[in-house]
Amino acid sequence: MEYILQPWPWYISGPCIAIVMFILLYFGRTFGMSSNLRTLCAIGGAGKKVAFFKFDWKAQRWNLVVVLGAIVGGFIAHHFLSNPTNINLSQETVSDLNTLGFANAGKSLLPPELFSWENVFSIKGILILIIGGFLVGLGTRYAGGCTSGHAITGLSSLQLPSLIAVIGFFIGGLIMIHLIYPILF
Amino acid sequence: MNKYIKFFLVGLFFGIVLVKSEAVSWYRIFEMFKFQSFHMYGIIGSAVTTGIILLLISKKMKLKTIEDQYLKVPKKANGFRRYVLGGIIFGLGWALCGACPGPMYILFGTGVFSILIVIAAAIFGTYMYGVLKDKLPH
Repeated sequence: MEYILQPWPWYISGPCIAIVMFILLYFGRTFGMSSNLRTLCAIGGAGKKVAFFKFDWKAQRWNLVVVLGAIVGGFIAHHFLSNPTNINLSQETVSDLNTLGFANAGKSLLPPELFSWENVFSIKGILILIIGGFLVGLGTRYAGGCTSGHAITGLSSLQLPSLIAVIGFFIGGLIMIHLIYPILF
Repeated sequence: MNKYIKFFLVGLFFGIVLVKSEAVSWYRIFEMFKFQSFHMYGIIGSAVTTGIILLLISKKMKLKTIEDQYLKVPKKANGFRRYVLGGIIFGLGWALCGACPGPMYILFGTGVFSILIVIAAAIFGTYMYGVLKDKLPH
């Protein structure tokens, strides 16, 4: 039990994620979390206006069930299987974050400087969450997949388009953290 | 209903793994893009390595799915611009809010309700892709 409560090392977590991908393939499906965003658009009636959302979303219900399971899994893991819940970040990261104005880096799962309600109700705070989410949603569909579809499934099956997409993910991430963050914070 | 239980269980396991691996943490994503820890590279690298091995074995053994088809991964369409441009847009957002689509749902489960704003914005972003699809270079 002690081993479960502690954070899991990368060499346990990584193979577990590959097993998730493999089980879904074995069930005749694919591992792709961002497809659910498209499904949710279709459920909301977007298919009436935009052809891209005109598809049989009911065939995608299994994936929404995976999401439901993931939400419950997140709840269980955070509330019953995590002690401690702090993140053991590298010392450099903690001091870099301090310089940017993030106090207590790693003391919780997410920085309150971005996700606390106090911050969410500030103009800058809400814009960061909205723009960040918007770019993820737009970019993932444009690129035809996200971390699960391209980085895990696509690279595991040695597909060139996924390698290009993952390199794109990193170019975008590096620009954000190294060039845009110093302006934002 | 019964046929959905197995998908629920896969999701449950996925949610637990991503929380226990700390891959849902904004801090870990920041640290990854700063190249200050091996942790996230270890997760992605060992996941891909395990994935490659599992797919090679299943091909060798001619493994069939529960629907009695040969197990295979759908091929992504050929292309370059959509993957680079879409990838960069995704990466900008991923680093800004520290969450890709899987972790977004899982974080909601951990009790971070402000993530609903990110999820709503991501759904809107996906909607805008559908609207702009024919105008974007692919």
